[in-house]
Amino acid sequence: MMEYAITICEGPTCIGRHADRLRAILLEELAKRGLKDHVRINISGCLGMCHKGPFLVVNPGYTIYGGVTESDIPVIVEEHIVKDRPIARLAVQEDHLFNRFYRIFGDVGFFGKQMRITLRNCGIIDPENIDDYLALRGYEALAKVLTEMTPQQVIAEVKQSGLRGRGGAGFPTGLKWELTAKQPGPEKYVICNADEGDPGAFMDRSAIEGDPHTILEGMIIGGYAIGSNHGIVYIRAEYPLAVRRLEIAIQQARQHNLLGKGILGTNFDFDIEIRLGAGAFVCGEETALIQSIEGARGMPRPRPPFPATSGLFGKPTLINNVETWANIPVIILEGAKWFSSIGTETSKGTKVFALAGCVVNTGLVEVPMGTTIRQVVYDIGGGIPGGKRLTAVQTGGPSGGCLPESYLDTPVDYESLAKAGSIMGSGGMIVMDETACMVDVARFFLEFTQSESCGKCTPCREGTKRMLEILERIVQGKGRPGDIERLERLGNMIKKASLCGLGQSAPNPVLSTIRHFRDEYQQHIEQKRCPAGVCKALLTYTITDACVGCGACKKVCPVGAISGTKKEKHVIDQAKCIRCGQCYTTCKFNAISRS
Amino acid sequence: MQTTTDQNRQQLIEYINQLPDRPYRDSYLIAVLHKAQELYGYVSRDAMDLISSQMQIPTAHIWGVVTFYHYFRTQPPGRYQISVCLGTACYVKGAAEVLQAFKDRLGVEAGQITEDGLFSLLEARCLGACGLAPVCMINDKVYGQLNPDKVGRIINDLRKAAR
Repeated sequence: MMEYAITICEGPTCIGRHADRLRAILLEELAKRGLKDHVRINISGCLGMCHKGPFLVVNPGYTIYGGVTESDIPVIVEEHIVKDRPIARLAVQEDHLFNRFYRIFGDVGFFGKQMRITLRNCGIIDPENIDDYLALRGYEALAKVLTEMTPQQVIAEVKQSGLRGRGGAGFPTGLKWELTAKQPGPEKYVICNADEGDPGAFMDRSAIEGDPHTILEGMIIGGYAIGSNHGIVYIRAEYPLAVRRLEIAIQQARQHNLLGKGILGTNFDFDIEIRLGAGAFVCGEETALIQSIEGARGMPRPRPPFPATSGLFGKPTLINNVETWANIPVIILEGAKWFSSIGTETSKGTKVFALAGCVVNTGLVEVPMGTTIRQVVYDIGGGIPGGKRLTAVQTGGPSGGCLPESYLDTPVDYESLAKAGSIMGSGGMIVMDETACMVDVARFFLEFTQSESCGKCTPCREGTKRMLEILERIVQGKGRPGDIERLERLGNMIKKASLCGLGQSAPNPVLSTIRHFRDEYQQHIEQKRCPAGVCKALLTYTITDACVGCGACKKVCPVGAISGTKKEKHVIDQAKCIRCGQCYTTCKFNAISRS
Repeated sequence: MQTTTDQNRQQLIEYINQLPDRPYRDSYLIAVLHKAQELYGYVSRDAMDLISSQMQIPTAHIWGVVTFYHYFRTQPPGRYQISVCLGTACYVKGAAEVLQAFKDRLGVEAGQITEDGLFSLLEARCLGACGLAPVCMINDKVYGQLNPDKVGRIINDLRKAAR
């Protein structure tokens, strides 16, 4: 009998689909057949192909079984493990010609068009086992840095790679390192910003859950480069699994003398501790994050001084985002020259996006900078389900903007996205189809930033509140002429006058939707119409001639607004109708029109 | 005999005592508050006073921190804590309707608890399970691809289970 390794993806979506229960059943099934010693069961972090989960990946052979159910387990064990016959019917298979990941993930198009650098180990290694990481050249970059390179050489390498901050703003990473290294020591701090607060973004969570050691390795290298021996990971308390895996990884790294005193026999000391956030979006801003680690309310302060000169506890501090740290070991191993050959003139390397919303393949996607949004949404994402039309793609979360169809050929890099009126952001990419109302989406994001505004500076605190009031008025059908101009004026003012990145970018969703979807705003205000049929107050329900008089709508109407005799066309009393839409969803004959 | 409250108190004091002195002991306040919420289920005024005397930080400052962060509760939670995700991916797939269905079925607004203490309803910002949108989390379990009908069934099931 052959020996097998079965990897089960236990990312958040797969756990939601009971991957943990599948693991228990698989163990039971193997035990029952006396195969326990012949099959190794691994867990992995997010594989990234969330729409097809839960997964079992059987090696050797790289067979990926997707959408696995409990009843599939005995079949897979019987056919694949006992009889060595992979089951094509259950495997994820897509034809694809150019597939960089053929060797790892088989012939699956979803992976073929990606380029995985930061996610290189996600879905492959067992994140709770340091040996898996070590086997894939883990901590080799650290060893190289400690034995062959001076701190200055490390910084020069990072600078030359062209890597820019992946948290959203895109500040050159090497320059940040250099500035912090120049400050007098000895007390300096290295921070990993894992306070991923953008709604709809789960890149950092998956990166930590899938490959925590990469981030630790990056941070240790950073500590060596700037002359710090204290690292802190600031992570959301809402990510308990990521926190647990980080704790395990730190423990294992200490046992292997990769953290602690005299790392790998050198005289370099470095240790990492975890600090939990507590659910405040603004703490993703670096000065607010520092306040939060210090045990205070997370409110930003004016810069300069930048954290590089005066950060945590007033000491020089180097803060980078999870994805930025994950790039470091690869840059050291493969060289700055290789890294800078990927991407565009000004944006090097790859970017991870959390692709979600109205798209066929939701999940994590890592592509070289310069890939167009269209390629991400259609080639990797598989397009829009249900034959619907794409209305907009939103990048950058509540700090970003909505781009219309005509901008789909915009390449993803810092400058191009900014020029189009959005931002790169931390990597959320939400696809919206014709059922999304742009005014309502703008209102949604502004409601978020408004409630997350810390209240320190007036433009953000008061300005976002006033903008939200105007938007709420518009979606309720009470928009007034001049509201669009008022939003634009207010938005530009908030952008210019706010203290931190939250306020400076809060108007982006509104301004970008006004820029690209002005006619939708006009229809809301002038004709009191919502073309997407989302804004309840603007809808009218009427019964058409297709009505057969079954009376189903009459029964569900909670306010008794529908009248009519059996087998005859019914009518809706518009004065009584509360526009709940119950009749619309209940009617089996499509006899109710909504406009 | 010690009551649970006494035990919790004792555990919280022990937790505070084992904190490292450096760097900067005060900075562990948020960690201590997480511990308090883990022990009591919420951060009570009593717990804040205890932390204040143990860590030598004014209660006013602690109150400010507790109320700044959404994660901390100052009221005890329901037996089933329902967090409805209002992240972008869920929102464009109808999370608002799902939230409304919970509100209607339970007769409470977000941030409130039902009279029988069984359910508390919360709005959450992205639970990270966007592939299953729209989702909610009830205690530690994720429920995916929700719609108003499913909401009714979930609540009925939990009510039955609680009996």
